[in-house]
Amino acid sequence: MFAYILRRLGALVVILFGSSFLLYNLSAISTDPLGELRLSDAPNKDQLILNLTRELRLDLPPPLRYFIWLRGVLGIFVGRADFGLTREQEPVFEAIMGAIPTTIRLVAVATLVAIVLGIALGITSALRQYSRFDYGMTFFAFLLFSLPIFWVAVLLKQYLAIDFNDFLVSAKISPPWIIGFSIVAGFFWAAIISGSRRQVVLIFSGVFVANSIFLSAISATEWLSYPRLGPIAILVIGVGIAVGVTYLSVGLSDRNALKTTLLMAVVGTISYFPAQPILSSDRPRLGILLLFIALLIVSVSGALLFARVDRGPIIRTSVITSVLIGIFILIDRMMQAWRPYVESDDVNYRPVATIGQSTIWLSEVSFWVRVLDFAMHLILPTLALTLISFAGYIRFSRGTLLDVLNQDYIRTARAKGLTERTVIMRHAFRNTMIPLTTIMVGDIAGIVGGAIITERVFAWQGMGTLFNKAINSFDLNLLMGVIVFLSTLAILANLIADLLYSVLDPRIRVGAGK
Amino acid sequence: MARKSKNVEIVNDANENAILNKETEGLSQGQIVLRRFIRHRAAMISVVVLFTLITVVYTSLDWRIGDEDDPFIIPGWWKYGFEDMPELRYGDDCVDGSLGCPSIDMVPFIDGDGISLGPHPFGQDDIGRDYLALVMRGAQRSLLVMFIIGAIAATLGTVIGSVAGYFRGWVDAILMRLVDFIITVPVIIIGSVIGFHYGNKGAAFLALLLGLFSWTGLSRLVRGEFLTLREREFVDASRVAGASNRRIIFKHILPNAVGVIIVSVTLLMSGAILLETALSYLGFGVTSPDVSLGLLISTYQDAFTTRPWLFWYPGLFIIVIALCINFIGDGLRDAFDPRQRRRLSRKEKASARAMRNRSEVA
Repeated sequence: MFAYILRRLGALVVILFGSSFLLYNLSAISTDPLGELRLSDAPNKDQLILNLTRELRLDLPPPLRYFIWLRGVLGIFVGRADFGLTREQEPVFEAIMGAIPTTIRLVAVATLVAIVLGIALGITSALRQYSRFDYGMTFFAFLLFSLPIFWVAVLLKQYLAIDFNDFLVSAKISPPWIIGFSIVAGFFWAAIISGSRRQVVLIFSGVFVANSIFLSAISATEWLSYPRLGPIAILVIGVGIAVGVTYLSVGLSDRNALKTTLLMAVVGTISYFPAQPILSSDRPRLGILLLFIALLIVSVSGALLFARVDRGPIIRTSVITSVLIGIFILIDRMMQAWRPYVESDDVNYRPVATIGQSTIWLSEVSFWVRVLDFAMHLILPTLALTLISFAGYIRFSRGTLLDVLNQDYIRTARAKGLTERTVIMRHAFRNTMIPLTTIMVGDIAGIVGGAIITERVFAWQGMGTLFNKAINSFDLNLLMGVIVFLSTLAILANLIADLLYSVLDPRIRVGAGK
Repeated sequence: MARKSKNVEIVNDANENAILNKETEGLSQGQIVLRRFIRHRAAMISVVVLFTLITVVYTSLDWRIGDEDDPFIIPGWWKYGFEDMPELRYGDDCVDGSLGCPSIDMVPFIDGDGISLGPHPFGQDDIGRDYLALVMRGAQRSLLVMFIIGAIAATLGTVIGSVAGYFRGWVDAILMRLVDFIITVPVIIIGSVIGFHYGNKGAAFLALLLGLFSWTGLSRLVRGEFLTLREREFVDASRVAGASNRRIIFKHILPNAVGVIIVSVTLLMSGAILLETALSYLGFGVTSPDVSLGLLISTYQDAFTTRPWLFWYPGLFIIVIALCINFIGDGLRDAFDPRQRRRLSRKEKASARAMRNRSEVA
């Protein structure tokens, strides 16, 4: 295994060398930094050209310049890599390091949402193969495949930012919208759950009524203007999470697990009260970490209290439940910062941001307002990236699960009399995850590429901006810095995907047989 | 209960298989694939829509062939060219007083004057150019780029992939390292580097260059196919019979790999049109005075709140083209996949049930 990783890392260096050589020469040949100067009519034109030529070593042919550049980069092995200077005489390395966090924030959230939603929808679609829901999802996925991201981004800006902000001023949902939303929700759930005609009608009307009441209540209480969860909502959500997670994880027939998770829902609600002062302190990061650890300890010990034989699964269920409830407590705290945020001068009642990665705050604001500010700026770009990338997950997880469900071991599992839940969640889902994991990891590099356009549309200052700047100002050093970074990421992601594959699938042994 | 229905399904499967087998009796592989493709409803609709769209788009504007001053003109069905500047409609001509509003009227009953195109169905841009003509020109460019990229990538990918997979050894090693070099850099980056400098040399030239960097994924797939196919008995048999490498590659292996190639080329083409529009959007693709769909969106995205049609129409054309190609690709994949089974219609299911009942009685 170790030798295999070493060999792959060796290959990585070779590939990076090759692709950087290719790209360096390609971009050196295709750009002409002197072009603008030649056309200028400055009196000291010749001198300027001479200066720039000396500065960028344009007197040397591109392959030679590449090796000069490479000598600096190879310094990475002795601890001081030199990626050269940008045209503004700033070290390229620092420029990239400054841009990475922004891009990672954008890509990480989008990828996470895309994976979770994509797999959930894909698997549901596979379990309802050839149903209306399945066809709908297929069409939806293909539609998303065909959407240009910059086009979607402009639509999102208009309808989810400008119009939604206008709506938030009064936050009254009009009856036609309530009915429309409820009809859509009703169709969605009826299509997913399905069954006989009578059941479908029942589900549809149930969801329709519940949804209408819920939305009317939100509208009447002006919840969107004063969002808040509070202990009661946390308890209700907690119980919901407890039942849901238990069902998916071990099945509701496991009474001990159900008791544990319900206990965790109660504990979570009680811990809501002592958590408030800790979260509201000036520097809540440490507090959040401590609370999180306490939550884990409580959930594990709670599981041990009830578990008799199958400790592992119950501990897992309990931990998942309590982490989810903990996240809702954090969301609640963030919602409490909503009014101060919306009413501040910089935001001025337009919370969903269309441009930039954060508001430039003139005055010092609290931790939660800043977090909320980050979140509001993340919404649109993340949504755009998610929409584009999760179509792939829908299609792929659907296809893989259908393949897996045709395997003999699934038939065996059914023949043994296991419940449908056990067959799907334990036998099928886990095996579906093996190829999916490798796709996910390999996809990250591609999403970073997509982030270039997204950053441009939403005016974020990340890798994409650097890249644009590099091309437009003929900045070869900066361009190469971005390219080397992205290709390293792509190759490393591939390596990790291969290693993960061998870890997850015991039939595959990496490095075996040359 | 679930188990019982499973048993019924297995018996049903056998009967349905019998029906499906009967359908393919005496047909060649190509005929079977064609039949399956024709049965794929979404793919067939897409084929029709795409061909109609291509015809409409390419016949809309005048074709000027020959030298600039005295060209030979094949007239198109639309009265304006994309460079013409008719008078800009505003004020009383437009209902809401906006500049260059679209005159298309597809709602026949509400305002009572029926379906009509009017002088400028898609509206006009800032300087009065007819937007329908611009969108048609943009779609022509985008389609052209798509087909050129697809053709070049298909040729290069197939040739390089089959050579690498068939000969293996050092040829394979060198070619696949070359693929690695190119594939590690995101396509959008290579595209931008090329497009920034060569975008002004015309859409066709840009597409040619982009095609030179888009074949890598396909070549990997083809190589994989060749690596498995070359170990099969029929290849050994033809080699023993004295067939040359060329003959084995083209006559024996390639026809077996054609499904993989066609499917991935269609998907590559839908990627290509999105790539071209994205590059034009970033300013690294087709540049003004020529027009492409991405460039139109990029130019008029800020006008969305006041004049949304400038934004809607080019976007819709991109989506329709990409969607059609994706569906065709999906239909082809299903048609070439031997494991894929058709869903029987209700009538056929009934006959399968009848067959089962008969066998039970007997």
